[in-house]
Amino acid sequence: MRSRRKWSRRAWIFLLPDLLGTTGFVLIPFLDVFRRSLLQAVGDGFVGLDNYRAVLENKAFRLAAFNTARFMAICLPLLLLLSLGVAVMFQNVADKGNRKRRWKDLKAGFTLPMAIPAASVVVFFQMLFDEKGWLNLLAGRLGFGGRDWLNGASAFWVLVACYIWKNLGYDMLLWLTGIAGIEKEQYEAARVQGAGGFACFYYITLPQLKGTASVTALLSFVNAFRVFREAYLLSGDYPHESIYMLQHLFNNWFVNLDIQKLTAAASLLVLVTGVFLLTAGALFRVPGLGGTGRTGGKKTKKGRRNG
Amino acid sequence: MRKGKAGDVLLRIILAVLLVIMVMPLVMLCTNSLMGKQELLESFGAVLSDCAGMAEFRLFPRYPTMRAYVRLLLDTPEYFTAFWNSALLAGGVVAGQVFTAVPAAWALARFDFPGKAVLKFVYMLLLILPFQVTMVSGYLVLDTLKLLDTYWAVILPGIFSALPLFILSKSFSAIPKEVIEAAKIDGAGDFGIFVKIGVPLGMPGISSVVILGFLEYWNAVEQPLTFLKTETLKPLSLYLPVMLKGEVQTAFAASIVTLLPAVLLFFCGQDSLEKGIGASGSF
Repeated sequence: MRSRRKWSRRAWIFLLPDLLGTTGFVLIPFLDVFRRSLLQAVGDGFVGLDNYRAVLENKAFRLAAFNTARFMAICLPLLLLLSLGVAVMFQNVADKGNRKRRWKDLKAGFTLPMAIPAASVVVFFQMLFDEKGWLNLLAGRLGFGGRDWLNGASAFWVLVACYIWKNLGYDMLLWLTGIAGIEKEQYEAARVQGAGGFACFYYITLPQLKGTASVTALLSFVNAFRVFREAYLLSGDYPHESIYMLQHLFNNWFVNLDIQKLTAAASLLVLVTGVFLLTAGALFRVPGLGGTGRTGGKKTKKGRRNG
Repeated sequence: MRKGKAGDVLLRIILAVLLVIMVMPLVMLCTNSLMGKQELLESFGAVLSDCAGMAEFRLFPRYPTMRAYVRLLLDTPEYFTAFWNSALLAGGVVAGQVFTAVPAAWALARFDFPGKAVLKFVYMLLLILPFQVTMVSGYLVLDTLKLLDTYWAVILPGIFSALPLFILSKSFSAIPKEVIEAAKIDGAGDFGIFVKIGVPLGMPGISSVVILGFLEYWNAVEQPLTFLKTETLKPLSLYLPVMLKGEVQTAFAASIVTLLPAVLLFFCGQDSLEKGIGASGSF
């Protein structure tokens, strides 16, 4: 029998390269950021929470925080629902068809946008949403007046569309895996008892997708911050105020060397995210790294077979 | 039965329409890259070069030509510098990620040790936080190490992202315990098990991490924007938009060449990418 000590020493050897880098490049520098967030801009005077107060009272920060929250609140449910819908449709159609190859191509088509760099697709978006672009061309033909989509409140929705276009396929793959994990027998049993398609979905599919839902929501949230790329390449440092997000603000503070606000705001975001993560972890079973939850079920089956 | 069939047709139509929307940008970029100068100006001059009138919508060029590509190839050495920069940055990050995240994910998925819960929490936090939060800390450490404005400034912090760890530890924990127990009985050590069982069985996860990492860093905007100042070091993701200002002629061809490595890799790795993403979503 190996001792527990030896086990854990082995674990640390495997972890070492990544841990060294993460500590050196992220954790220790972040402690420095936190230290600076409590100091004056010039000299090293301790100012307590003054920088934090300045951030919270800052108009640009409030606008950016509001916009980011609004974007998340609208985008995440929309993307999750749409991608779940597409995954269910896909599953329904693909189950009946027997041309596997074609469904595979279709899946690839849906996930393709995640491979297309922002820099390339920006030309297309410009052509589509510009004042003299295709969307207005279409609007004109249909008898509507055009508008400058990127320089008005509509910029927000352009960004929403962009985000959904990019992430729909990725989320669909996640849902599809979740759906594939549900045993077919359950549906057959329900059908025998006269359950319709919707009842099957509501009582069998949905409850068993809870785990998948939290992972998908988490990854979609992470990806939502990346719309900054499209926003930045389309509209630069100072876009229309409806899409002026925390990412823009941080970037501009960085360019203007506003280190005090930047460090305070960064510490604040870490704090908020940390608290959120802890509460979410306590309330729901939030997807963690690793863990052995899944292998349990398989083990008993195989164990029976072997024994 | 009949109702089912009608529903089926409707589903197919919806999926087909969605598919068209998904691939439309790529198709348009492709076909438009085959236009000649005159045709490009007619169709896009209004938007891209401030000509008068409206843009035109043309799905297929009337006079297809490869001239835009030839011009891109012969007349724009800066473009290829940027292309090379992108390749170097994305390649460097991905290689580094594989060497550090694969063993670390193995440890998280397969070992129990004191402090594991805290470590997982920290990595989770790093996964969620956007780049902008660690921007200053990254800048400070790179400044101290005198690495700012070098390739390393993007590569080194990029290596230690939490997403590869997240995906890999999921796919490692899906390896059945019996396989590992059996190897132990055969006398394999921890490193033997990792190399002979963990790595081969975790291969779909590893390749999907490679592909996702490459897509992510081929497309990186924030990191090079913050850490690189010299124009000749900048990757395509930053150079292309600059180049496109007023350059209608090669705009579409340059966009296509930019997305080519990413899209090719995406199609080649389709199977493992699907498996890897799937594994990361499972419980």
